[in-house]
Amino acid sequence: MSASGTARPAEALSGFADVADYVALLKPRVMSLVVFTALVGLVRAHGGIHPVLGFAALLSIAVGAGAAGSLNMWWDADIDARMARTAQRPIPAGRVAPGEALAFGLVLAVASVAMLGLFAGWLAAGFLAFTIFFYAVFYTMCLKRWTAQNIVIGGAAGAFPPMIGWAAATGSIGLESVLLFLIIFFWTPPHFWALALLRKKEYARAGVPMLPVVAGEDETRRQILIYSIVVAIAGLMPVFFGFAGLGYGAIAALLGVLFVTLAIEVWRKRRGIAAQSAARRLFAFSVLYLFLLFAALLVEGMR
Amino acid sequence: MAAKQKQKGIVLSAEQRRRRRARSIALALVLAGFAILFYAVTIVKLGPQILNRPI
Repeated sequence: MSASGTARPAEALSGFADVADYVALLKPRVMSLVVFTALVGLVRAHGGIHPVLGFAALLSIAVGAGAAGSLNMWWDADIDARMARTAQRPIPAGRVAPGEALAFGLVLAVASVAMLGLFAGWLAAGFLAFTIFFYAVFYTMCLKRWTAQNIVIGGAAGAFPPMIGWAAATGSIGLESVLLFLIIFFWTPPHFWALALLRKKEYARAGVPMLPVVAGEDETRRQILIYSIVVAIAGLMPVFFGFAGLGYGAIAALLGVLFVTLAIEVWRKRRGIAAQSAARRLFAFSVLYLFLLFAALLVEGMR
Repeated sequence: MAAKQKQKGIVLSAEQRRRRRARSIALALVLAGFAILFYAVTIVKLGPQILNRPI
């Protein structure tokens, strides 16, 4: 995630961060998924929001997501320092002081909520505030180090953006936006557990109770398969409820079958390199799955 | 000579000065962007009504 792959001497440059370090604090890759799913909620709501206000609302949501990311990095700096994947993030690498990241996150959180309230109404703003709190406080400070269900419950934070987008466009909560929430909610566990299978030792060393560490790899594979079946069904829900057409239905069915097939591969191949590459394939495909599914919804919604 | 150096305080390296300049420019661009955004949102939300107020 860190924007910079080059290791710099930490003590020499402490407190003198590059612009890229502040961008890295915002977790731009997570932010891009948040903005995309919020856009889908915004467009599908057909609320007649002016494009300029829609853009301003999306920007506010993006800033809010970045604020949550910064607060997460502030709290998790000790864990990040112990994992190879995250050791080069700005705080563990010594380029940004913890207090700076905290202040950065808090200021952006308050600003993003205030902006969204002024641009698109206070229901959406309240939703954004709750999401930031849920991710930065409830997930990061409580769930993550406490229970193997951390990313299941915490996944709700990542699933809220389409509902925020919907609320920004309409000022209300629609059943369709709840379905979009459920798709991302059930998608999160197999996505992160596939990664956790690959990074089990690192999570164990950092003391994070991810499912493979606590319940073992076989139990993780079983749960991945169960959630994959659930997410494949959840992907079809917009069709069953009459919100989406057959075009979307065909895409969702195909993607769902592929998702479950890859989950079965992860379940079957339990040893050695074959097991690793199966987990890696599922992880990579899960990102593509969510992107294509929401892209299909977006295209249908724009007609 | 020593007193003269003391008065200088913290002396930034060339790299640190470059980064501070980059941060300043980035902040200026962000602020300008937000000024434009708030202007646009104001026009969209209020439209011609912005002129329609008691003097």
